Amino acid sequence: MIVKLLMGTIFLTQILLVTAMAFAAFRVLRGPRAQDRVLGMDTLYVTATMLLLTFGIRTGSILYFEAALIIALLGFVSTAALAKFLMRGEVIE
Amino acid sequence: MRPAMSRWLPYPMMTATLLGVWLLLNESVAPGTIILGGVLSLATAATLNTLGLPGGRLRRPRAAVSLLLLVLVDIVRSNIAVAKIILRPGKGERVSGFLRIPLDLRAPYGLATLACILTATPGTVWVAYDRSRNTILLHILDLVDEQEWIDLIKGRYETRLMELFE
Amino acid sequence: MTHLAEIPAWAAVLTAVLLLTGAVLTLIGTVGLLRFDSFYQRVHAPTLGSTLGIGCILLASMLFFSVLESRAIIHELLITALMVVTTPITLMLLARAALYRDRTEGSDEVPPPPSD
Repeated sequence: MIVKLLMGTIFLTQILLVTAMAFAAFRVLRGPRAQDRVLGMDTLYVTATMLLLTFGIRTGSILYFEAALIIALLGFVSTAALAKFLMRGEVIE
Repeated sequence: MRPAMSRWLPYPMMTATLLGVWLLLNESVAPGTIILGGVLSLATAATLNTLGLPGGRLRRPRAAVSLLLLVLVDIVRSNIAVAKIILRPGKGERVSGFLRIPLDLRAPYGLATLACILTATPGTVWVAYDRSRNTILLHILDLVDEQEWIDLIKGRYETRLMELFE
Repeated sequence: MTHLAEIPAWAAVLTAVLLLTGAVLTLIGTVGLLRFDSFYQRVHAPTLGSTLGIGCILLASMLFFSVLESRAIIHELLITALMVVTTPITLMLLARAALYRDRTEGSDEVPPPPSD
């Protein structure tokens, strides 16, 4: 009973998160401007981190945590670099 | 005592944080991990010292904890408020806009903390800071009453941050 | 999924509630990302997911693994700290970049820089 409840909730959580990722991906594809696309990418990274954490709970494996940490780190660095690029036209001045 | 201390331990809080991160990543408090982590965080802090960051000291840690709790409560409350705005049907009545607020706070770490608080709270985003006039430009999602927002930010966060950092 | 059976009922229910709250908040945030009209309104929307949304899911993960392994597993605090520090920075950088671009294009949607 409890296993079924937990399994069902994790599944539902994953569906909700994937829907959220689809919405963010829509914003990346549609724009209309470059800053909207970068904002969508940043949302994608954060949601991907959450999805990996739910995978970790589902499988009981700690390994997913490290992947989530790396995605969160890379997401921050790439969004910061893209925002810098939008502002100045180059990443490193 | 003081020069030697600041030479070998230029940023005590940052060194402690780095050591904490190292221990969390390794998930162990074995002596070897602590020694390696301690050496690494001391070396990192010494390297950062060459950048010449502005020094700052957090006074009154208890006030900092109460500010943290206040911000957590505010984040939960404004999450609910922004979720309501998003789910409200129709397009018409959303009034959002830019707001310029004059500040009295000047300490660099205080300003950085204020920026993080305001941006992490859904519904307000810090857009720009004007150093010569000491004003900030915010974008606010639900800008119904400008004066109310100014009073909220100055009264709720700025006074507390000035107590902490100045 | 044998490991799920080892979780006591209270922890399972709490984990489930936290997971669902986080996911629903994140979804509402991305709905806002779709619905809002201007970029500056859209900047506010993903904050829901990156503050309370990911916070709930990290809490769920900490609780679940701590109960599962019957010792405190708190390395999720690293992601929490990372999110606390990075979310405001990325949003501020993006908002500033958008403001800069709009000002150079002479858009009347944004306020002009303060002039003496």
